[in-house]
Amino acid sequence: MLHKRGAATVTATLSGQDLTLIRGDRCLFQDLKFALKSGELLLIEGPNGSGKTSLLRAIAGLANLEEGRIAWNNTSVKRGRQDFHADLVWMGHQPGFKGDLTLVENLRFEAGLRTMITSAAEHQLIRLGLAGLTDIPFRALSAGQQRRVALARMLMAEAALWLMDEPFTNLDAAGQQLVIELLQEHLQSGGMCVMASHRPVELEATVQRITLR
Amino acid sequence: MNAPHLPRMFDGLVAVIRRDLELAWRRPGDVLNPLFFFAIVSTLFPLAVGPDAEQLALNGPGVLWVAALLAALLSLNSLFLNDYEDGSLEQMLLSPQPLPLLALAKSMSHWLVSGLPLVILSPLIAMSFQMPARATTVMMLTLALGTVSFSLLGSIGAGLTVGLNRGNALLSLLILPLAMPVLIFGARTVSLAAADDAVSAGLYFLGAYCMLALTLAPFATAAALKISNE
Repeated sequence: MLHKRGAATVTATLSGQDLTLIRGDRCLFQDLKFALKSGELLLIEGPNGSGKTSLLRAIAGLANLEEGRIAWNNTSVKRGRQDFHADLVWMGHQPGFKGDLTLVENLRFEAGLRTMITSAAEHQLIRLGLAGLTDIPFRALSAGQQRRVALARMLMAEAALWLMDEPFTNLDAAGQQLVIELLQEHLQSGGMCVMASHRPVELEATVQRITLR
Repeated sequence: MNAPHLPRMFDGLVAVIRRDLELAWRRPGDVLNPLFFFAIVSTLFPLAVGPDAEQLALNGPGVLWVAALLAALLSLNSLFLNDYEDGSLEQMLLSPQPLPLLALAKSMSHWLVSGLPLVILSPLIAMSFQMPARATTVMMLTLALGTVSFSLLGSIGAGLTVGLNRGNALLSLLILPLAMPVLIFGARTVSLAAADDAVSAGLYFLGAYCMLALTLAPFATAAALKISNE
């Protein structure tokens, strides 16, 4: 099972107020707000180019907003950047792993960057269908397998907040089902997730939606 | 700020250096290219100029230093490029690590795989210029200080241009003004050593410049990386 820090002890909150983002001369969203608690999923929906990734990057602190404030546990994420980033793990379009290094070497690097729980690593790699692939260079894995390695990072990171940008890309049906299961477990153990996706997500959890146009 | 769940301060620095060294070991071509460039440029020069010992001694320090600077520029371009393209830069920016320390780690690993081998190789090249022993020692010292400065200063430019396509020329333009003092003092100090003159002033200057870069460049690089990742 997952051992999420803060699952039993504290409830975390993520909130955004008056969020406005302008790219070029186009206003992607204006005066957007949300408030997310432990165990909840925020689903960002919308067609391609509607600003899903931009919003996700803004929440993570990678992109600047024109206006607005994002707060983690009622502290502005700008002020408490390191604390916020200690609690989040990011899954972007790129895997964020080195093609020349093996899965084990890549995950060892991750463990240097953030707090990782490696005690159940073997079990989790088996579950993700990655057992036996640990000594192969990352670039030799298929696109779907690379996605699964990115999932391994999410699982092992000791982070309450998952930020996922189109996590279902490149995954087969079983892989997509696996994402749903892992997400369900993460939310049940008190985690939270913000996901940008154009695929409908069926979950037994509170799902909030932001629809961008 | 110092919550117990934050990783230890230097874990990220060690992890980045270790990973970059592992990568360099896997793809030695990337490491050897700038080194070959340095060796080829500086050994072709004596062949073109001719075997006149006096003229070689006069030109040697300058040629070696220009070749070292160009070799550094050549390798700096890819300092953050791979990390940017495969998404690991994003992951680093979103890690609970102090960004200036991660930037420092990138500069350090860059120096370890490009600057240090160049310093070690340089006495061999100096032989083709018939450089005296004392001048060779001074040259290694100045090159060591100078290449550290190049790696640190260069990381600022590399951080700023990483998001641009073909930022190569821009990187050179950004870095060269900052690298000029190092080039001038470095080459001049070696010339003075070859003429049996006092060299300490030049060494002090290079040391001070190196320290300045060491304290300021990581912060500038961290800010530059944030800007380019927006």
